[in-house]
Amino acid sequence: MARRTLKVDYIARVEGESSLDLDIRDGKIAGVRLSIFEPPRFFEALLRGRGYEEVLDIVARICGICPIAYQMSGVHAIENALGIAIDPQVRALRRLLYCGEWIESHSLHVVMLHAPDFLGYPDAVAMARDHAEAVERGLALKEAGNELLRLLGGREIHPVNVRVGGFYRAPRQAEFASVTELLKRARDDAVAILRWAAGFEFPEVSRDYEFVALRHPAEYPMNEGRIVSSAGLDIAAAEYESEFLERQVRHSTALHSRLKRGGTYLVGAMARYALNRDRLPPELQALADEAGLDPVCRNPFRSILVRLIEVAYACGEALRLIAEYEPPARPFAAAEPRAAIGCGCTEAPRGVLYHRYNLDSDGTILDARLVPPTAQNQDVIEEDLRAVAEARLGLDDEALKAGCEQSIRNHDPCISCAAHFLSLRVNRE
Amino acid sequence: MAGDAVARKPKLAVWKFASCDGCQLSLLDCEDELLALADRVDIAYFPEASRRMLPGPYDLSLVEGSITTPSDARRIQRVRRQSRRLVTIGACATAGGIQALRNFADIRAFAAAVYPHPEYLDVLATSTPISGHVTVDFELRGCPIDKRQLLEVINAFLGGRRPALPGHSVCIDCKRRGNPCVMVAHDTPCLGPVTQTGCGAICPSYNRGCYGCFGPVAGANTAAVAREFAALGMAERDIARAFQTFNAAAGVFREEAEKHGA
Repeated sequence: MARRTLKVDYIARVEGESSLDLDIRDGKIAGVRLSIFEPPRFFEALLRGRGYEEVLDIVARICGICPIAYQMSGVHAIENALGIAIDPQVRALRRLLYCGEWIESHSLHVVMLHAPDFLGYPDAVAMARDHAEAVERGLALKEAGNELLRLLGGREIHPVNVRVGGFYRAPRQAEFASVTELLKRARDDAVAILRWAAGFEFPEVSRDYEFVALRHPAEYPMNEGRIVSSAGLDIAAAEYESEFLERQVRHSTALHSRLKRGGTYLVGAMARYALNRDRLPPELQALADEAGLDPVCRNPFRSILVRLIEVAYACGEALRLIAEYEPPARPFAAAEPRAAIGCGCTEAPRGVLYHRYNLDSDGTILDARLVPPTAQNQDVIEEDLRAVAEARLGLDDEALKAGCEQSIRNHDPCISCAAHFLSLRVNRE
Repeated sequence: MAGDAVARKPKLAVWKFASCDGCQLSLLDCEDELLALADRVDIAYFPEASRRMLPGPYDLSLVEGSITTPSDARRIQRVRRQSRRLVTIGACATAGGIQALRNFADIRAFAAAVYPHPEYLDVLATSTPISGHVTVDFELRGCPIDKRQLLEVINAFLGGRRPALPGHSVCIDCKRRGNPCVMVAHDTPCLGPVTQTGCGAICPSYNRGCYGCFGPVAGANTAAVAREFAALGMAERDIARAFQTFNAAAGVFREEAEKHGA
C-alpha cells in the first residue's frame, strides 16, 4: 500500500501553538488532524471565587489580539445577570471600541498573516520588499485601529477602561480629532488593499458551510443580536447552550463545538457577511461586488476579501459613531450584585464568542462558561483541510504543506483563545 | 550579496509558552518601527509572524509565557542552550502570569472545571516564571509589556549595553502626568505605590486604581497599602484578591495576599 505522511510541526502565522498531520493512503486522505497543544490556562476555573467587577480584566488576558471581544461578551453577560440598562452613548462607545479591534485584528491577519500565502512569501517583511505600498497601507490601517483602542481603552493590548455598567472614563468629543483623520485615511487604505487583494489567485473551492452569526434588526452585528444560521436557526444568546455543545478530543487542548442536532458550523467574517450583507451600506455592497465577492461567499480562500470589506465598514462606522457622539451624562450605570445567571454573545473578529456567568448574591463568580470562535470552527477547519488536500494530492510535500497551512489561515484561528497547538504531519501510504 | 548581509545581522528569536500572545504582538504593534527593525536584525524565528524558521543559535531570544507543562519545562532548556541572550517579555514569563493562580489551588479541580476528560491533559500543578528554570539575562515586566520598553530592550542588546528602564513606582509617573491621586481624592484603592512603572500610569488617568500589572516595585511597602485599603473599607478577601492577579506569584504580592487569607 502506498503510504505518504506529511507533518507540519508548528503552524506559522497563527496565534498560538498547533500542528497538522495528514495521512494519505492509496492516493486518498485517510486522516487529517489539527492538533492544538497550546497549554491550557484554565480560565473558567480561575474565575471561580473572583468578584464580578474583576472579570473583565481577567478575561481580557485570554487573548492579546482580541481582548475587547472578551470584555464585550463578558460585560454584556454580567449586565444581563444584574439587570443593568446602559446609556445609549455607552452603547455607541462600545461599538466604537469594537470597530477599533476589528480594524486592528483583521488588518494584522490580512496583511501580515494571510496575504503572504497568496504571493508566496514567508512573511510580511519579505513581502514588503516587493509590495511596499500594500504593507505600509496595512500597517497604517492597523495603527488606526490601535489608536482608537488606545484612546477609548488606554492601551491597545488589555485595555483598562471597560467596566460593568459602562466605562471608567468617557472621552470628550474633542479627543477624537486626531483619530478621525487617521480613520479617514484608513478607510481609503482598506479600499486600496481590497483592490490589491482582489487580484490574487484564489484556488477554486466551494464549501457547504452552515454559517452562524449574530443578526441585529438594523445594524451589521457586533455587540447585539439573535444567533442565526443559514439553516434557519434563530435563538437568543440565552439559548446558546441548548443548541450547541462542546466535546473534548484527545489530540487537542481546545474543545470542539458542534450543533446538538448534528453537524459542524462556521463562525467569523464569512458567516457574518453571508447572513448580514443586507446590513452593509450600499456603497460597501457595491465594493464587495467589484471585488468579485458573491452575496454568499463559500470559498474560504476569499475570506481575505470579506475581512477587508469588514475593515472598510468598521472605519466608516467608527467615523459615523464619532460624528454622532455626545458624552454620556454618567460614564457608567451603578451595579448592585445579586444571585443570577447571565449570558452574553458578541461578534469577536473571529466570530461568535459566548460567555455565561453564574453569580452569587454578593457578586462572586460561582461558575463561568466561555466558548471562543476558534473552538467552534475547529471541525470546519479540519473538513476544509481534507477538501483542500484532496485537490492537491499530486503536489510534492512542500507545496501540499503550504496549501494546507494556507487553508488553516483562511479562518484566522486564534489558538491562544481556543486555549487550548496545531503541528502538519503528513502520512502518505 | 543578500546572503552575506543576513549573516552579519544579529539573529532574533521569539518563543511562546503559556500566554495570550499579547506581548509578542507588541512587536508587531510597532507599526512605525517594524520594517526598520527588520533591517537591523534577522528575525530568524518568530512563528507568529513568519513561516521562515531558521535554526539557532540566536543572538537574542525573547521569551513570552510561563512554564505549565512537562514538555515546556524541557523545551525552555533547549531554548536557553540556543540563545546567547535570553530576555523574558511580560508578566507570564517573568512571574507566572494569571495562570499562576493554579499554584494556590488544586490543579485536578481546575482541570475538571474546564475539561470533560482532564486525564487527556499533561500539565504541571504550577505555572512558574522562566527564571525558575533557566538563567535569564533580563526580565521585561508588564501585562502586557510596553512596546517602547521592548524597543529599548532590543536596542540595548544590539548595542551590548543594559536596558535603561526606570525602576520607580507608578506613582511617580502618575504625578508627572498631573493626575489627582485617585486614592486620596476619590477613595479608590490603587496599587500604584507598590507597582513598578512602565505603563505610564494608564489606569489612574482613566479614573481607576492601578491593578498592578507590572508587578511589585523594588522595596514595595505592601503592608502600608493594604492598611490603606482596609481603611477605605475593603474586605480582607478583596485585599487578597487585589494582590492576586497578573503577578500573583511574584514575591511580595504573594506574601501580602497570604496575610489576608488567600
